[in-house]
This record gives sequence, C-alpha cells and structure tokens, in this order.
Amino acid sequence: MAVELAGEAVELEQHALHAPHRVYGPSALGGGLQRFWSLTFMLAKTEFKLRFFGSVLGYLWTLVRPLLLFGVTLFVFTDILEVNKGTHEPHYAEYLLQSIILFTYFQEATGGAVPSLVARENILRRVRFPRLVIPLSVALNSLFNLGLNLVVVFIFILASGISPQLSWLELLLFIPWLVVLSVGTGMLLSALYVRFRDMQPIWEVSLQLLYYGSPIIYTVTSAAKHHFFGISFAKLLVANPFAVIVTQARKALLEPSAPSAVQAFGGYAHLAIPLGLTAAIFILGLWYFNHEAPLISEKL
Amino acid sequence: MIVDHVSKTFRIPHQQYSTLKERALHPLRRTTFDQLRAVQDISIEIAQGEFFGIVGRNGSGKSTLLKCIAGIYNVDRGRILVAGRLSPFIELGVGFNPDLNARDNVIINAIILGLTQKEAMARFERVVDFAELHDFMDLRLKNYSSGMMVRLAFATAIQVDADVLLIDEVLAVGDAAFQQKCFEQFFRLKREGKTIVFVSHDMHSVERFCDRAMLMEHGKVIQLGDPRAVGRAYHEMNFGQLAHEAPALDDAAPGEGTRIVDAWFENEAGERVSAASQEERLALCFEVLFGADVEQPVFAATLRTELGHTIIVARSDQHDMQTESYSSGERAIARFAIPNWLTPSRYLLTPSIASAGTGEKALALVEDMASIVVHGSSVSGGILEPPVDLTVERI
Repeated sequence: MAVELAGEAVELEQHALHAPHRVYGPSALGGGLQRFWSLTFMLAKTEFKLRFFGSVLGYLWTLVRPLLLFGVTLFVFTDILEVNKGTHEPHYAEYLLQSIILFTYFQEATGGAVPSLVARENILRRVRFPRLVIPLSVALNSLFNLGLNLVVVFIFILASGISPQLSWLELLLFIPWLVVLSVGTGMLLSALYVRFRDMQPIWEVSLQLLYYGSPIIYTVTSAAKHHFFGISFAKLLVANPFAVIVTQARKALLEPSAPSAVQAFGGYAHLAIPLGLTAAIFILGLWYFNHEAPLISEKL
Repeated sequence: MIVDHVSKTFRIPHQQYSTLKERALHPLRRTTFDQLRAVQDISIEIAQGEFFGIVGRNGSGKSTLLKCIAGIYNVDRGRILVAGRLSPFIELGVGFNPDLNARDNVIINAIILGLTQKEAMARFERVVDFAELHDFMDLRLKNYSSGMMVRLAFATAIQVDADVLLIDEVLAVGDAAFQQKCFEQFFRLKREGKTIVFVSHDMHSVERFCDRAMLMEHGKVIQLGDPRAVGRAYHEMNFGQLAHEAPALDDAAPGEGTRIVDAWFENEAGERVSAASQEERLALCFEVLFGADVEQPVFAATLRTELGHTIIVARSDQHDMQTESYSSGERAIARFAIPNWLTPSRYLLTPSIASAGTGEKALALVEDMASIVVHGSSVSGGILEPPVDLTVERI
C-alpha cells in the first residue's frame, strides 16, 4: 500500500493535477452556467425540431390549435350567442386571439413540464447534469412557439388597423412575468409528478378551470358587471396573475383607452397580490424541485 | 480517486402508491419497504492513470457503484473523492434520438457529454473521421445498424474532456476492425494519464486493459486485484470451478518449472482425435514435464463448453488413486477415459497438476489447451446424452 501511495504521489506531481474534490449526488443547479445553458438550449431546440418531424405543414401545426379555438370561440360567442352585441367591446377578436396565444404558452409550458422528468429518464439515469435543465427546456421550447405565434398576432393586429405604438414594448415586461409564472409552476409540477402520477389529469383539469377563470373569452370590463357577495368579479380576478397579464396586454397592444391592470384591479397596492403570488409559486417550485432533485433519478 | 466506505440502499415499496387516490384511500396504511442494499460499504482507491475494471453478475451493484461515483445517485453513507475532471456520463450514446440525423445526434450527444455547442461543432469532423461514417451523416439514426450506432457513440465519447472516465459496458458491438481502433484509443487515453473505470461482463477486455479489477457480488467486494485472477474468480462464479486454482504468476511455488507440454483427446483405439462421435469412449489426455521432484501429484482435467460452463472435473485424488512420485526431468501422461455422453458441440480441455496436500494451488495449469468436436445424431437439448432405459408403468 505504501508503494502504491508513493506511486500515486509521483503521478500527481507529473501531471500537476487538481486537488481531489468530493463528488456529490445530483442537484437542481450546479455544474456551471455555461453547461446549464448549453443543455437547456439544446434540449429545447431538439424538442422543437422533433415536434413536427415528418409533417408537411411543420410549424404551422402549432398555430392550428389556438387559431381553431379562436375561430370557434369567436363564432359561437359573437354570432350565435351575440355576447358582444350589448357591450361592443372594441377589438374583441384581436383580444381573444392574443389572450388565447398567451394562454397557449402557459398551457404548453406547464402541461409539457409535468411529465418531462419521467420522459427524459434515459438521460437522467445516465448523465450527471443539473436537473433543473429539464423543466426549463420545456418552457424555452414553448417560448420559441410563443415567439412565432406572436408574429401572427401582430400581423392580425396590424391588419385590423391598429398602428404600432410605443406601449407595445410593455410586452418585454409581461412576457418575462408569464415565463417566471410558467417556470415556477413547471418546476413544482414536474417534481410532483415523479411521486404522484395523477398530477397530469389534475393539472389538465386545473388548466381548464384557469382558462375560464381568466378574462380570455370575456374581458375584465364585462367581468366588472358581475358581483359575488358584493365584490365585482373583476376584483376577484386579481388573485389570478394570468388575468392581470392579459388585461394589461389588452391596454398596451390593442386599446389605449381600456382600463390598465392597475385601474381594473383597484390600484397599485392590489397588484402586489398577483406579483406576490407569482413570486411565491416560483420560490415554492424552486425549493421543492431543489429538495427532490437528488432523488429524482432513483424514483423514476 | 478514493471511494470511502460508500453504501447505497434503495427502498423498494411492497406496494407502489403512486397516485393520490390510493394515498387518500389508505391514509393509515404504512408503506412497507424492502431494503435493497445495492452497494455495501465499499472502499477502493484508484490511482491516477489506472485502468480499473469492475465485474460482477447482473444485480451485483456494479452499475450502482458507477452511478454513485458519477454523481448520478446520492450515496447514503461514505464519500467519494476525485482528483481532476470527472466525465459526467456512464454510457455511450446517451440522448441519441432515432428520428434525427447523425449530424444532429453527434452534436446533442457531445453537449450532453459536457462540450459546449461551439466545441461540439469544432470537433464534429474528428468524430466523423473516427467513426468512418462520412457518407451516412445525413441518414436518420433509426436507419443505422447497431454497429454503426456504437461507432458513432464511441467516436463522440472519446472527444470528451475529462481526466476520469466512467464507462458501463463499453465494447459490446462493433466489427473487429473497429474494436481494434477502440483499443488503440484506450491505449492513447492510458498514455495521456487518464483514469478509466469500467464496468463489464466481457472478461477479455478487462484482462486486456485493466491494471486492476474488482469482482462484486451482492453489493460487496469479493475480490480485488490482478485482473486475471479476478477474471477467473468471475468465471468460476458463473460457470463452476476448474479442478485447480491456477498458479499465481509471481508465486514461486515448489516444483517450479513443471509444465504441461501437451494435451489432446484420444479415441478407444488410442488415436489422437479432434472430433469424436457420441458412441465411442473418449479419453482426456495430457503430458507433464516435471521441473522438480514432486511427490504423489494430483492430476486433474476440466472439460468446459465454449461458453465456459464446466461439464466434467476429474481428479486423480477423487478416485483414490495413489500417484507415484516424480523427479525433475521426468515425464508422465495422464489419461481420463470417459463414456462420451456429451451432446454434439465443441468442448475444451483444461489440464492441471498440483502437488499433493497443497490444496488448490496448481503446479501447472493451461486453460482450454485442447479441443474436441463431438458429433452425433442425438440432440436432446441437454448438455449430456446418457443412455436412457425408459419404462412407463401403469399403476
């Protein structure tokens, strides 16, 4: 043994190696920012490429679902039910489309994150890398889609006669907000799914509720006309960060005269609720994911 | 690299409650667990530049240990220290996607292995050169043969920048020429002072490359040291023992210089044969040249199949035979005649000789020294085809 150790010492000297460091188990983060980003981007890109592999229309298929939903909703609500007849919301169609596209992002990013860890089992069990890469790559892949879909939204907006405004730059504020919300939810759900496989149906149902619980088909203006126990429905929506985002997007992109999020939800103080909720979801998601990360590869 | 008293236990629930509904229905039922102690208190030190092989049967904990070293599993107890950069992967071709072409897959794989996008692009040509797959780069991976896939995976993996490489089951496929290329790469890595720890079933590659090897069973170290000795122990664990343990190379045993000069098979007429039919009696023969005075040595013959399954172990001391004593320079021929009940196949004879009373250490042993092909019409599917007297009685 003494001889062996001496040999080792000589070897170490020859190659002037680094000091021994301890190997820890897998974690959520760690391994260097460069590697973290390379992996996230590469996984997102691959997923994007594969999604429409072999299809003729390719990317256009991502558009079909939101556009179809948009078309059907518009037809049913304005032509059959004539909901817009009394209120005459200006730019209702554009609002509907833009909200559906934003919701589609949230739906894809969170819904895709749920089974993401389990689906990537082959990598998780064979390579050491920061586990957080996986739900993040799902959110990034959905962000690629959102970017392309927004191009369509803007074409639609311009075609309806709205001219470009400086307030469009507000997108740079609420898209990141939406991303933080989606990533926080995605981290939480993906880690939960490893333990509880019924997170998938639960989340599908929740998304459905959220769809109708957000001013997508209706606007915050019409929601203000309904009251529950004396509180207007619009005021209740403040608890839904997504509602705040689409409401502000409406004012910024479509209709400068529409109520801003601040006006619609009762002052700046009230905005602390959705912002705080987003932060809470993000922190909870990050904490839980980080807590579970060392064990994910064993529990799959 | 130091592995210090590392243990890893998996808890396997008896009943898997993975849905909330089941939890809600049985809130009080405590889930019971089986403890699978995959790795139990293992300590090893591996020097820089060493090639270290880990062998063992399926489920012996060798892959779990490798995953602990790689940082894919958390260890329950103990710690692992590594000097230098550790490769993050333990298998080749991780992340390969059959629907993408080879070009994309190489880049993806390289990034997973720890390169940046830029580095992956820059080294792409080298990967293609090594894999010799220039003409197939735009082909989708699902149209690749398994051999081509392995070539691509190996070519990518050797581009990784790491001082310590961990590899699980490396040279499973690939044609002979490519295997030779892989071996050359291994020797290059060895010259460069890289440390490689690899897990394998293939004893040939372990014996060829490893400086040391370790045999694992039930999460424990059974043997650690010379790869040849470990290889033999592994073989015996799988296929039954040889008559004698082979003499250690560095052991100066008494009777040194004793050699087995020849081994062959004889038919009933006493002719040397390389093929025999099932009906004839067969003799396993070998000739020994004594290099020292040996008193009443034990002659033994082990017959194995090509897979290494031990079929027959015959020893002179088993049959209460008193052998004579021999002095240096004398020769002796041992013949073990058996009825040939072997099923048609090829068999290998391992002759050995040991001094009396020394136990298992052989004076001389040559593995698989002679071979015989048994032919015949009777193929029952069993290893032996003994004559059968069949009666069926109604009772």
